[in-house]
Amino acid sequence: MLISREELDDRLRGAARAWLDEALAEAAHAAAHPGADSGNPPWELRFASAGRHCGLENADSVRALLLVEARAGLPAVTRLYEQGTAAERRAVLLTLHRLDLGATALPLVEDALRTNDTRLVAAAVGPYGAAHLDAHGWRHAVLKCLFTEVPVEALDRLGERARDDAELARMLSDFAAERTAAGRAVPAGLRTVLDLTAPAPAPTSTEES
Amino acid sequence: MRIFDPHIHMSSRTTDDYQAMYDAGVRALVEPSFWLGQPRTSPASFFDYFDALLGWEPFRASQYGIAHHCTIALNPKEANDPRCAPVLDALPRYLVKDSVVAVGEIGYDSMTPAEDTAFATQLQLAAAHGLPALVHTPHRDKLAGLHRTIDVVRESGLAPELVLLDHLNETTVKDALDSGCWAGFSIYPDTKMDEVRMITVLRGYGTDRILVNSAADWGKSDPLKTRKVADTMLKAGFDEDDVDKVLWRNPVAFYGQSGRLQLDIAAPGTLHEGNSILRGGE
Repeated sequence: MLISREELDDRLRGAARAWLDEALAEAAHAAAHPGADSGNPPWELRFASAGRHCGLENADSVRALLLVEARAGLPAVTRLYEQGTAAERRAVLLTLHRLDLGATALPLVEDALRTNDTRLVAAAVGPYGAAHLDAHGWRHAVLKCLFTEVPVEALDRLGERARDDAELARMLSDFAAERTAAGRAVPAGLRTVLDLTAPAPAPTSTEES
Repeated sequence: MRIFDPHIHMSSRTTDDYQAMYDAGVRALVEPSFWLGQPRTSPASFFDYFDALLGWEPFRASQYGIAHHCTIALNPKEANDPRCAPVLDALPRYLVKDSVVAVGEIGYDSMTPAEDTAFATQLQLAAAHGLPALVHTPHRDKLAGLHRTIDVVRESGLAPELVLLDHLNETTVKDALDSGCWAGFSIYPDTKMDEVRMITVLRGYGTDRILVNSAADWGKSDPLKTRKVADTMLKAGFDEDDVDKVLWRNPVAFYGQSGRLQLDIAAPGTLHEGNSILRGGE
């Protein structure tokens, strides 16, 4: 889970705290001087080494703060994702919805959903993927989670997007039938999602009974 | 028994190997970037390989409770292909990554001028990034190659304690240790070194600054050679502390100089579940 600047300030001491202050100042400087997005600005090096300076457990949060503070645009997030370790790619995916990108960064989500790395798959189905994946892409993302055993709770806005989705229900039922035919267990989360595909109940009047 | 394999090419190995290594006591490893058997023809091909060493391969290893680190470099063999030389320019962006614990494998293959340039350049990169260097010693003309290697290390200004000279044998161990560098031995089924010869080296030179690896890759090799050396040491009269020093503490001390070793990986709890390596239904 991402934590806020205030929580990080409480956690970090001494050199780590000073490092974070300097890194965020560099990111803010980049945001204040747009157009200098050629080459790799200093905060992007900080992005790579965040875990070593602030603790691996805080790396996602520090990287997210850097992206937001730098107001990272599509060229920067694409570069950081493509040149990143799996951990750096995850941090980019987890932050996309907090940046002013519209749907332009969707190719990064689609890239992550082609991997079999569950850390990336789980991050790809967060708020940004839920907001921008089209119906076909989102349904396949649901199946991908079930295949790779990413808990379906990782799917942001699951109930909202699954509701009344007859095609998703068919895909899930086919998948369950395939597993059953093979004598294999049906993933636990499948039933959860299938139940959510039911149409919304018709509004009932609260005035009369 | 805990084992750290300081040189193994896991990208070429199967999940069965990961399982067998875990069962044998391997809890950490370093995968040096090297030649893939098929020569590459463009820098982009290297970058995808480096990305795999920083992404997919650590994920695979983590599924089996093994901490995966890597070393990044343009290897000496491919440094001779001018199409691949631009890899050198891109190395700095890889050397800042969390799990990169050394520059390597660098050194000599055929001892050409192009190898001289790549070797010296990458020793400087190691110094600039505060990283140790993993140096491959040549298979052909080995002793002369070792002497030239040691000369280049001296000229580089990189401290010898930050350099691991690898693939050593009976003819090269003394000069390697005298140089102040760390000494690595690759235990292979037929070539390089075997377990019994390794015991003789340990009896002659002690356990300080000595590392043992399987160097297992796509060739005939055995990822359990580290454990076999440990067992052979115990049979030969070394005690468990000696084994722990050679097979764990020494590699931790060497690569730990990077400040980037992360050895507290969680044990595999959901190995047969939660495991996308099984491919699900894909």
